[in-house]
Amino acid sequence: MLLEVENMTTYYKLKDGFVRACENISLSLEQGEALGLVGESASGKTTAALSLIKLLPENAKVMSGKISIAGRDISQAMEAELRRIRWKEIAIIFQGAMNALNPVRRVGDQIVEVLRIHEKMTDKAALLRTIDLFEQVEIDPSRVRDYPHEFSGGMRQRVMIAMAIACNPKVVIGDEPTTALDVMVQAQVLQLLEKLRSKRRMGMILITHDLSVVGETCDRVAVMYAGQIVESGPTERVFENPAHPYTRALIAAFPNIEGERYLAQSIPGNPPNLLNPPSGCRFHERCSESMKLCSCQEPLPVKLDSGHFASCHLLGRRVLS
Amino acid sequence: MITSEQKKDLFALWKKNLVSFWGIYSQNKMGLIGLVILIIFTLMALFGPLLVEITTMAVDDVTQVLHPPTGNFWLGTDDLGKDIFAGVIIGSRVSLLVGVAATAISMIIGTVIGIVSGFYGKTIDALLMRITDVFLVIPWLPLMLVMAALLGPSLANIIFVIGITSWAGTARIIRSQTLSIKERPYVERARAIGSGDTHIMFYHILPNVFPLIFANTVLVAAIAILSETTLSFLGMGDPTRVTWGMMLHFAFSMGAVSFGAWWWLLPPGICVVLVVLSFTFIGYALDEVLNPKLRRRD
Amino acid sequence: MSNRDQVISKNELLRVEGLEVHFAARTGFLAALLSREKALVRAVDGVDFSLGKGEILCLAGESGSGKTTTGKAVLRLIEPTGGKIWFKGEDLLSLTRQKLRLFRQDAQIIFQDPYESLNPRQTVFATVAEPLEVNRICNSNAEKEERVIEALCDAGLNNPRELFLRYPHELSGGQRQRLAIAGALVLKPDFIMADEPVSMLDLSIRAGILKLMVDLRDLKGISYLFITHDLSLAWLVSDRIAVMYLGKIVELGSADAVIRQPLHPYTRALVSVIPVPKSISRRDKKLLKGETPDPVNIPVGCRFHPRCPQVKPRCREEEPCFREILPGHFGACHYL
Repeated sequence: MLLEVENMTTYYKLKDGFVRACENISLSLEQGEALGLVGESASGKTTAALSLIKLLPENAKVMSGKISIAGRDISQAMEAELRRIRWKEIAIIFQGAMNALNPVRRVGDQIVEVLRIHEKMTDKAALLRTIDLFEQVEIDPSRVRDYPHEFSGGMRQRVMIAMAIACNPKVVIGDEPTTALDVMVQAQVLQLLEKLRSKRRMGMILITHDLSVVGETCDRVAVMYAGQIVESGPTERVFENPAHPYTRALIAAFPNIEGERYLAQSIPGNPPNLLNPPSGCRFHERCSESMKLCSCQEPLPVKLDSGHFASCHLLGRRVLS
Repeated sequence: MITSEQKKDLFALWKKNLVSFWGIYSQNKMGLIGLVILIIFTLMALFGPLLVEITTMAVDDVTQVLHPPTGNFWLGTDDLGKDIFAGVIIGSRVSLLVGVAATAISMIIGTVIGIVSGFYGKTIDALLMRITDVFLVIPWLPLMLVMAALLGPSLANIIFVIGITSWAGTARIIRSQTLSIKERPYVERARAIGSGDTHIMFYHILPNVFPLIFANTVLVAAIAILSETTLSFLGMGDPTRVTWGMMLHFAFSMGAVSFGAWWWLLPPGICVVLVVLSFTFIGYALDEVLNPKLRRRD
Repeated sequence: MSNRDQVISKNELLRVEGLEVHFAARTGFLAALLSREKALVRAVDGVDFSLGKGEILCLAGESGSGKTTTGKAVLRLIEPTGGKIWFKGEDLLSLTRQKLRLFRQDAQIIFQDPYESLNPRQTVFATVAEPLEVNRICNSNAEKEERVIEALCDAGLNNPRELFLRYPHELSGGQRQRLAIAGALVLKPDFIMADEPVSMLDLSIRAGILKLMVDLRDLKGISYLFITHDLSLAWLVSDRIAVMYLGKIVELGSADAVIRQPLHPYTRALVSVIPVPKSISRRDKKLLKGETPDPVNIPVGCRFHPRCPQVKPRCREEEPCFREILPGHFGACHYL
């Protein structure tokens, strides 16, 4: 097991109380595996990712949970050890990363800087590694001396990917790595991530609101709603047999161009306020099949199949097709 | 535009906005201090002159001349035997009035030019900005002195002069904010529903520039009051009016320094400093309060 | 440009011919002095299509395709630099100011960003009432209020009165977009240009907004020019799809035809990368190399030729013309 997260809970402290951004998140990632973390805005997926490497704002705290990488427990790691872990073992490509490049410095220099800080390489060695990285992400190495504005959005994203894999991390977390990219560029970037993953046997966590991205690239998927994981399992199984009503609604909203044309129903209502989440199942207020039990008791994960879990009270009663 | 029931709702909405604004503002210590000082001086300016009076310019009682603070005269007397404490109180009214009036003129000119310039762009923008540049570049003190000397030392002229020389900075700030708001989709939408230029400027751009105007106004007011003091001190002010600047002017020209009459020099000076400081503090606090709202939601 | 016959049918709401929108490119001072030709951004470079009454036509393409510029040019929010537009039989480019105002009441727009397309200082009521006030439509406050309520309800915002005094930041993304739609509906338009109306909304909310748009078409006969980069959405919602690349339409046909039997190589590539659930097996994806070039440097000949997997010598020299390949299915390529 490359990365294992058990019952991680992260809260933000606000003036009015605690925002329960992540509640009892459990994930696991094998080497070379891609896990998709799917959720809409305010589902807590970005917080979950940032909690792994504790890159949270000041008012956020990982309240409980165990995080281990390659068998090592890092839940209690102090800042010094975290700094070693960040980038060298777990790297993250942030949302909007393509805009995170310093516009007044050459692109190659920015990667060299990362290498010098983290790997303590000499300038010459770092430059050679940078050129090699550029080749791996399919950018012409001569462009090492270009400035960010000379690159298109897709190419800048490739530079960010190069930066992320620069120190050969074991796990790469991509937070919406393809949002804001054109569809063709998106396909290219996903193909690149796929290639890098298999070649380097990296673990990858792909955070996205776009189910289609997950369907194409991830081996396993975890669906998040209001800070909790409501369903997780192998991608194919979850797509063919979604168990949780939320997952089912998301998949129904996914246009299938090889099937019938039909506009699914929207899920009524809005995502809940995490300062004061609903009692019981957090989805019950928007669920078309909620029972009385759903508003009182939080459902626990039910095992449906090998590796396929979902948290819903209905599962005891329904026969899965 | 709305029913009376909705008028009640609107009023409730207003109150809600005000309460939430105060909630944030009151957390800022600088802002509170500034506000308190300003309130004190405003009360002084409004009601003070009703409670004290300055008798005529003539000397009443020669024995009272240039006395340091005593029981009767809390801040002592000047060279004509006038009560300095009374002077400070009466002076507050005119000083604040001039400051506010000049600020109003300055802000109106600056805002209109800023919005029109930013909105239309191209030639109008170029023209207006060159004019603004002229006013920005000319050193304001000599300009004010020349204009005051030409127009004569009356209160109205002072207000006019200060207003005319301080709008340029505001115009620039408002213009750049207008440039950014102009590109927002809701302005494009306003076009799409058939709005004319004036409607867009007043209805969409002005309200969204308003927080900036507000914070800027307060700082301009500080400068205006300081300017009035400066002009009066240099002798360009209205000698028939009692202002802090005039008191300082007379104090200096009548030799208070060599006489050692600190009670004549310090009080008006300290008042000016306090008022300017209060505006500055409020300006900082407003900036902090209003800026987050200018950014995005959620 | 087009070989079709010009028959202005009774059911045609909008017709566009040879539409061009060219911008002067920003070049450096020195370059402007030294170069003889002004660099031109040919954002829209000769576009022909028509929109029928009650039809939903989608302009699909990636960034740089010119789809948004086309949409805004049709509404005259951006001024076209060439070509012709007819709306309800009238030449749109030679309207008087009066008539332009009336046109604007008939042709409305919904923007992509539900946060930025609403004035944060306008209440819900003010936002929806503004079009009425600007066009001096209502005679009394009661009438205005009625129309506002009607528009809000049509947009699916029930309990409109409760929302009157709310501000946009108090509403959710989906509600904001519905508010924007209400603001467009209040003038009772015949035509709405929807610029990526759901791309910034959560997945679970999108279906509702799309369904609303289609319902409005079914109930009120509103025609849509629907602009999107998402071909699967285009397929779900539109009657016909026009695929754009670098300022020209490369393929135009019914939604099913374009998605299920794409003719143009670009369309085929785009369709091949549309994700389909249940098939984690790697389909034959035709990934194109590189990215869409800058509209300042449009390739000579067929503008797609540098990236086309089936490029032949003719493509590098001659620009293909846009012609009917199958009934109702048009394409611009030498080898269809």
